[in-house]
Amino acid sequence: MVLLFLILIPLITGIMSFAVKGDGAKALALISSILTLGVSAYVSGSNYTAPITYNHDWIPILGTQLSFVADGMSSMLCLLTGIVVMVVMISNVNKEVESPGAFYGFLLLSQAGLMGVFLAYDALVFYVFWELALIPVYFLCSRWGGEKRIQVTFKFFIYTFVGSLMMLAGLIYLSMQTQGLSSYSWPDIVRAGASLPPATQQWLFWLIFIAFAIKMPIFPFHTWQPDTYEQSPTPVTIILSALMVKMGLYAVIRWLLPVVPAGVAYWSDTIVVLSVIGIIYASCIAIVQTDMKRLVAYSSIAHMGLMCAVAFSHSNIGMHGVMVQMFNHGITITGMWLIISMVENRWGTRDMTKLGGMATSAPNMAIAFVIISLASVALPLTNGFIGEFMLFNGLFLGTESNHITMMVIAGLGIILGAVYTLNMIQKTAYGATVKMTIAKDLSANEFISVAIIIILIIFLGVYPKPLLDLTSGIAGMIVK
Amino acid sequence: MGNFSQLVYLVPLFPLIGFLINGLFWKRMPKSMGGIIGCVAILASFIISLGIFFEVKNPAFQVEPKVLFDFIKSGDFYIPFAFQVDALSSLFLLIITGIGFLIHVYSTSYMHHDEGMVKYFAYLNLFVFFMLLLVLGANYVVMFIGWEGVGLCSYLLIGFWFKNRDYTNAGKKAFIMNRIGDLGFLVGMLLIIFNFHTLSYHEFFDKLHNSQTIVPTSTYNWIAICLFIGAMGKSAQVPLYTWLPDAMAGPTPVSALIHAATMVTAGIYMIVRSNALYDLAPMALDLVATIGLITALLAATIALYQNDIKKVLAYSTVSQLGFMFLALGVGAYTTGVFHVMTHAFFKALLFLGAGSVIHAMGGEQDITRMGGLRKKLPVTYFTFLIGVLAISGFPFTSGFVSKDEILMAVYEHNKLYFYLAAFAAVLTAIYMFRLFMLVFMGGFRGTQEQEHHLHESPSAITIPLIILAVLSLVGGFVQLPHLFGGHDYLNEFLAGAKIPAYVHEDASTAMKEMTLFGGTVLGLLIIFIATRKLFAVKQFDGNYTGFRKVLANKWYVDELYDAVFVRPIEALSNFLDKFAEKKGIDGVVNGVGKTVKWGGDRLRLLQSGQVGFYIFIMVLGIVVLFTLSFFWIK
Repeated sequence: MVLLFLILIPLITGIMSFAVKGDGAKALALISSILTLGVSAYVSGSNYTAPITYNHDWIPILGTQLSFVADGMSSMLCLLTGIVVMVVMISNVNKEVESPGAFYGFLLLSQAGLMGVFLAYDALVFYVFWELALIPVYFLCSRWGGEKRIQVTFKFFIYTFVGSLMMLAGLIYLSMQTQGLSSYSWPDIVRAGASLPPATQQWLFWLIFIAFAIKMPIFPFHTWQPDTYEQSPTPVTIILSALMVKMGLYAVIRWLLPVVPAGVAYWSDTIVVLSVIGIIYASCIAIVQTDMKRLVAYSSIAHMGLMCAVAFSHSNIGMHGVMVQMFNHGITITGMWLIISMVENRWGTRDMTKLGGMATSAPNMAIAFVIISLASVALPLTNGFIGEFMLFNGLFLGTESNHITMMVIAGLGIILGAVYTLNMIQKTAYGATVKMTIAKDLSANEFISVAIIIILIIFLGVYPKPLLDLTSGIAGMIVK
Repeated sequence: MGNFSQLVYLVPLFPLIGFLINGLFWKRMPKSMGGIIGCVAILASFIISLGIFFEVKNPAFQVEPKVLFDFIKSGDFYIPFAFQVDALSSLFLLIITGIGFLIHVYSTSYMHHDEGMVKYFAYLNLFVFFMLLLVLGANYVVMFIGWEGVGLCSYLLIGFWFKNRDYTNAGKKAFIMNRIGDLGFLVGMLLIIFNFHTLSYHEFFDKLHNSQTIVPTSTYNWIAICLFIGAMGKSAQVPLYTWLPDAMAGPTPVSALIHAATMVTAGIYMIVRSNALYDLAPMALDLVATIGLITALLAATIALYQNDIKKVLAYSTVSQLGFMFLALGVGAYTTGVFHVMTHAFFKALLFLGAGSVIHAMGGEQDITRMGGLRKKLPVTYFTFLIGVLAISGFPFTSGFVSKDEILMAVYEHNKLYFYLAAFAAVLTAIYMFRLFMLVFMGGFRGTQEQEHHLHESPSAITIPLIILAVLSLVGGFVQLPHLFGGHDYLNEFLAGAKIPAYVHEDASTAMKEMTLFGGTVLGLLIIFIATRKLFAVKQFDGNYTGFRKVLANKWYVDELYDAVFVRPIEALSNFLDKFAEKKGIDGVVNGVGKTVKWGGDRLRLLQSGQVGFYIFIMVLGIVVLFTLSFFWIK
């Protein structure tokens, strides 16, 4: 029952929000996000004893049930969703948007969709929530986005729509292979998929995987992403990059790896190679970006590439690292977008060639920016290091061919990562202040939102045990 | 005896607290208060380190790792946050906190006029914290935490005056070059996990002694070489050394602490710590020796023609670090550690002395505009002279004893290497005396205003200089050869950490040592007379031509790296961004999108309302996209 709250709180408040005007919507969204975080914290806390489940009949004739399970991975991602959405709401307290009722309504609906995706234990339920999470984003992006928003949303829509459709076809095909009456429940789908002949699994793999590959995104399915991140309003960029990309990776781990094991075994090497190419490719492109948002967008492709490569390398510690890094990346990149949006609000540009001197004009902001950037380059004692260290272990100890070479090439990413991240700090935080007008340092709500991120970055970097414990059981289960 | 080693966690804790206080309240903290907090934190660590040192000296001392908490635990993969106190780490504790304290005191005066003084002390404390983690860790992960942490502080302090673009460039360069080395370190660690399933020192070394039959020698070599790549970055060895001279952009006390006495010796610490591994990896050891020798020679030749007082000392540091690796490479681990210690004394002294000179000269670093400072800065002059004598190997100074020991060890190992190393030692004396003559002797070549303002530094600066000068003089006595009535106390002490000494004393040793001794005295005399004639002058032209210009321009290595690495990567990035991404992949996607739209429009005219066609063409588009990407990869 408690799992339903995770979905219902944002769903109901989201619908209500459309009717509320002005600051009321903002307050409603903030309260809703705090409540949801409370519930997700409770769910994660109880997870140490046994996973929470919920079952209810839905559409029996299709063989689908309203079925949710919060195991370690699911509750970790729900917790991340809760934290990120709350931080977004806090950071937005002093910002004005057009028609706030609809804006916050869509955000909350998207959160409800995300929660559903992470909890669904039934393929059709999973699909429905997948779409529920995405559709509000189309609206948010096309209505509140930047200049090129229509064109960009169209591209984003084409990409994800094609992926979703293929995934739906794959899931329907799988449900038809289940024993007896058709069923969408996770155990039945897994049983059905795993018993298919390898040749079938090999094409079925792509039918399902394309949607996830686009969502993460991995090279070469990524070109919607920098444009969409650039054009979306910051709260949407945060939802997209901190949470929705995790949706793709989560789906790979839950709905692909165990479902078509023979297909995965056949294609793993290809995916690892694609992901590793993506790391270098995206890192190189990030080096020559001048727009802060595009730079971070490409860095995110590089980071996700590493996680995706490891997810396909079949090692226990690697899979554990993927779990941990999903959380850490979500926290860090949220901080990154917060700072970038503050920069844009104060100085009216994200173009790094026109910025500089933040350390003089807004020192607190600059310190926060440096710490978040260091987490992004995985400096030890930040959260990024734990995940990345485990990921490299996973890639190194994995079963893919040329695993040592793959790790070393992927490792070049940490050098390139330092290059573009330090470039960004140098161009924005350091230097003389001549090009920037003197601007206000962090406001109270901005300070709180950034402080939450930084505390998490350092706490999980020094003492990652709670996060590791939460996800340890599930990582062991996925990699047999 | 107290139980100081049980309190080892306090040693890094004090600087961490100092960092937190200064770091969190840097806006409201008065400058002098920030300095006091910074100094007291390091002093407290030093006192405990002293207690630990005397405890470790006791032969009954037991080495055992102390687990503070679980750091990374996943299945049977377990890395605790653990410390290990033994002779090696306790010696480094003393160097770091002892010299660190002197440099903190010095900084209270040197940085007094800087508005960022509290922030400066916060960074400095944080550096000491990470450096202590580096040497205290009981496994490679804790070492790596300290390793990258000191790199971060180095980055922050090099770019401390962040308004200057060149300074932040230097910081960035240091960080990125170190990252290249760190990738080697990381791969080395992963190789150890892969082959030995542990990263704890004692488990790893135990397994090394037991599993020689299972793991081939090439594996040992690979692990050792990967770790050494890490050391190349941190300890500024060829080819990853070019960041260190640029790092002189930071405040001078930072150069003394981080870029001379402590951080840059981390690579030596790492190899000495892993001596059990390197003994099984002969190829890697040869590489260490060769790289060390090349670095020692290359940096010494560059130092001959530098005109910036800090650049001379920076290249000298690179060169001395090369000597240390040379010692390690011939298996003389304790000798390497010994030179780390003596070098920490005299190089910190020289840098702090240089700081005092720069201070007096109003920020001037060009030695061609100095000269004759000995009268105006008597304490700086005298202590600097001691530093120059020590680094040049003047008999019975600390540098003499440690460098002789290196040369003796190399002589046993490889005669050619010995002669080349001896040549590098000669170059050392030449560039140091050149520096000394240009700064302190001859006539003043600066502006009248500078001359007017010349003054000796306050006692917060001169007292650390005097203490370091004394240490530079007598520091060698812990390991004075028996020939001169000494005893190898340091070797005995380090034996407690299972670090083998290079024993070279036999019947012929006395003869060799006497030859070396005589040669040194004679050589230094000649160098003194020659440099005095050449450089203790009233007029000096610092512009060089011909081959000397090549040396003055550092063999054009920076330009080479720029042409071979930096620009090609930029070109590749631009190609990927402008062409592969926008025209290639995005072009295909947009093409698909347009085709879908175009096709949809046309088809709608034929059969309006047929959604199936849209989907059909979309799927077709994806298949095309997929096929393209598939062939591109294969």
